[in-house]
Amino acid sequence: MESAEGFSDALVIAGKSYRSRLLTGTGKYRDLEQTAAASEAAGAEIVTVAIRRVNIGQEAGQPNLLDVLPPKRYTILPNTAGCYNAKDAIRTCQLARELLDGQALVKLEVLGDAKTLFPHITETLHAAEILVKDGFEVMVYTNDDPIVARILAEMGCVAVMPLAAPIGSGLGIQNRYNILSIVEEATVPIIVDAGVGTASDAALAMELGCAGVLMNTAIAGAQNPVLMASAMKHAVIAGREAFLAGRIPRKRYASASSPLDGTIF
Amino acid sequence: MIEISLNGKPESLAEGVTIAELMRQKLPGVSRVALELNLEIVPRSQYEKRQLKTGDRVEIVRAIGGG
Repeated sequence: MESAEGFSDALVIAGKSYRSRLLTGTGKYRDLEQTAAASEAAGAEIVTVAIRRVNIGQEAGQPNLLDVLPPKRYTILPNTAGCYNAKDAIRTCQLARELLDGQALVKLEVLGDAKTLFPHITETLHAAEILVKDGFEVMVYTNDDPIVARILAEMGCVAVMPLAAPIGSGLGIQNRYNILSIVEEATVPIIVDAGVGTASDAALAMELGCAGVLMNTAIAGAQNPVLMASAMKHAVIAGREAFLAGRIPRKRYASASSPLDGTIF
Repeated sequence: MIEISLNGKPESLAEGVTIAELMRQKLPGVSRVALELNLEIVPRSQYEKRQLKTGDRVEIVRAIGGG
């Protein structure tokens, strides 16, 4: 599994290889310094950002997120979070492409309602179709429905990102068999996006065969975000290695680890 | 004077002001933004030549922390 860049087991998204399978959000941190420290501790190479209006009159002299997370070092993944229809999401992607000097890679997230933050699937499908035709490389947030995941991959999305549980809930993977079904027939990277609460959740996602995990609140909302970022980095690596190693089958009864021959009694 | 909407708020500007002048007045020293004029993206290369007129709606966005 050598990549073009010469390292093994790369995560390849839209033709670009990444060593890290942990993608992190940049919201909810105390300040930009903590954002940068947590992103570093997570070993993230892809970080999501939101696109919002500048504060006229308050912007001058203020540090910019892209100063602490320089696009030369991180792949900046603009996110359409906060959009509730295809039109707003497409507009946000177009602004993001201009902001990032023509970068095609975007995270499409079209929400259904504010209580669940579940994806609005029909608007997501509509937006994905238009964005792909317009040359965007779409990493798409969706629910854990294998059929919708398949449709999004067939439409040309470069990564399909099912939720584990509602955004920010920390509930962990609620339907591992659906995630497994999505992974089993995947033609593009499947990245669990949203719902992770702690390191074991991230490890489980990777053990199921996901290509990566995207999280924000689980790190930013922890008592010690930088330490949790490090924990998540190790969990994703551990889960990935366990998946590649191939776990033993589950058995109902014991199986002795020591040989039975040569006992002295 | 002309009246425009800038990020949803009314602004009075001099006649014939360009986007580049608007940026210098309102966001001095600020880069890494994207700008939309009446729902159309304006590339940075056109800021110097695009003049604003009354009724224009300008949106200027940046990247901030988000999931």
